[in-house]
Amino acid sequence: MSAEIKETEPLFSPKNRKLLSIPLNRDNPITMQVLGVCSALAVTAKLEPSVVMALSVVFVLGVGNVVISLLRKTIPPRIRIIVQLTVIATLVILVDQFLLAFAYDVSRQLSVFVGLIITNCIIMGRFEAFGMANKPWPSFLDGIGNALGYGWILIAVGFFRELLGSGTLWGYPVLEKIGLYSTGYENNGMMILPPMALIVVGIIIWVQRSRERDLIEEN
Amino acid sequence: MFSNRYIFIYSTVMVIIVAAVLSSTAILLQPRQEKNKTIANIQGILAAVNIEATSDNAEELYQQFVKTELGIDQYGQVTSVYRNGMLEEGEVRPFDIDLKKEHYNKRMGNPFLSPLFIAEIEGDTLYIIPMRGVGLWGPLYGNVAFGPDFNKIVGADFSHDKETPGLGAEISDNTFSDQFIGKMIFDDAGKFNSVMVVKGGPSTLPPAMEIHGVDAISGGTITSNGVNDMIENCLENYMLYIQNNN
Repeated sequence: MSAEIKETEPLFSPKNRKLLSIPLNRDNPITMQVLGVCSALAVTAKLEPSVVMALSVVFVLGVGNVVISLLRKTIPPRIRIIVQLTVIATLVILVDQFLLAFAYDVSRQLSVFVGLIITNCIIMGRFEAFGMANKPWPSFLDGIGNALGYGWILIAVGFFRELLGSGTLWGYPVLEKIGLYSTGYENNGMMILPPMALIVVGIIIWVQRSRERDLIEEN
Repeated sequence: MFSNRYIFIYSTVMVIIVAAVLSSTAILLQPRQEKNKTIANIQGILAAVNIEATSDNAEELYQQFVKTELGIDQYGQVTSVYRNGMLEEGEVRPFDIDLKKEHYNKRMGNPFLSPLFIAEIEGDTLYIIPMRGVGLWGPLYGNVAFGPDFNKIVGADFSHDKETPGLGAEISDNTFSDQFIGKMIFDDAGKFNSVMVVKGGPSTLPPAMEIHGVDAISGGTITSNGVNDMIENCLENYMLYIQNNN
C-alpha cells in the first residue's frame, strides 16, 4: 500500500499523474495483474459493448474508490468487505438502471455482464489496496487509471474481434465499403468466439513485454 | 477498535441510505424504461414478419403494417378488437395483455386472454403470436408469425432477459430464429405437433417429423427446451380459435 500523499501537493503532481498512467501500461490490470480477464473475454465480440463495459467500469471504479476513501476511517475492519461489496453493488445497479433507460439495446446485449461488474476482481482489488488507505483525490485517479487500463485493452480486443470476425466496426460494414469481399476475403468466424479473445489478449501481452523487456518474469 | 454497537448502527445506516438511493433512481427512470420495453416488444413483433425496425421508426412501422389486434379468450372467441388505433370491442387493448398474468390465470384454471396481431404485408395476411416462456436464468420472449393458413411459419423472433451470452443467449440470433421459417405446426392429418427444438437438428427426427423440428443450441439445452415448451404452451391457447376460423 502506498503512503498517504501530503495535503500541499498539486492536483496533478508527478506522483498523482503516475497513478493514472502506470495502470495503462506497466501495471495494467489485465496484462500485468491478469485480473478481470473473464469479462474481457466475454463482452469483446463487438466494439460497442466493449466501450460501454469500459465506461461502466470507469464509473464504478472511479466513484467507488472515492466513496471508499471518504468512508475509510469509519469502516470497521471486520465488515469492510461487506461495505465494499455494498458500494460496488449499489453503483452497478445504478449503471444497470441507467443503461435500461438510456441505452436499452446495449443493456440487452450486455445482459448479465452488467451485473457481473460486481464480481470484477479489479474493483475490489483497488478498493482494498488503494481506496482503504488513501485520500479521495489520489483514490479517484487510481480508480480511473485502473479502469482505463482495463478499458483500453477491452476496446482494443473488441476492435480487432469485430473487424476481423464480423467485418464491421460499431455495426458499420467497413470491409464491405472498401470492397474487400469482392477480392475473395472472408470473415474469420473464430474471431467472435471467446478463445480468440484470449489469444488477442495474449498478443497484446506479447507486444507489451517485447517493448519493455524488464517486465518479463524470470522463470 | 470499533464496538459491536457501532458496527450494527453503521451497517443499518448504510443499508437505509443505499435503499433510498436505489429506489428513488428506479422510480425516476421507470417511465423511460417502460417505453424502451414497449419499443422492444414492437421490434420483436415486426422482426417476426421480417421487418427490421430501429427504435426510432418502430412505432411508425407498427402502425403501418399491424392494423388489427385481437384478444382471444380460452374458448377461442374474440373478445377484444383493436383496429386502426381504436379499441372497437372489449376492455383491454390486446397489445397491453400481460402474458405473465394470463399464463398464471391459465394455470389456476381462471379465464384468460391471448393476444393475436394481424399484419398486412404486400397483400398477405400474416398472424403473429406473442409468446412468453421460461429459460435458464429468466423469462424468454418470442413472436412467431404464420401465413394465412395458420400452419406454416413465415418468421420468428426470440429474445430473453438474462440467458448466458454465447450459449442460451444465441436464441435471439437470426441464425436460430431463421430455422423456423417454413416449418409447420400441424401434420397432414391436421394434428397439432408444434415445433420441436431438438438436439442434433431435425434430421435426427423421423422423416415425417422433420418439418416440425429445428436445431437446438449447443451448450444452451435448458434455454432450447424453454423455447420448445414456450412455443407449445402458447400455441395451444389458439387451437380453438384456429378451429373456429378455418
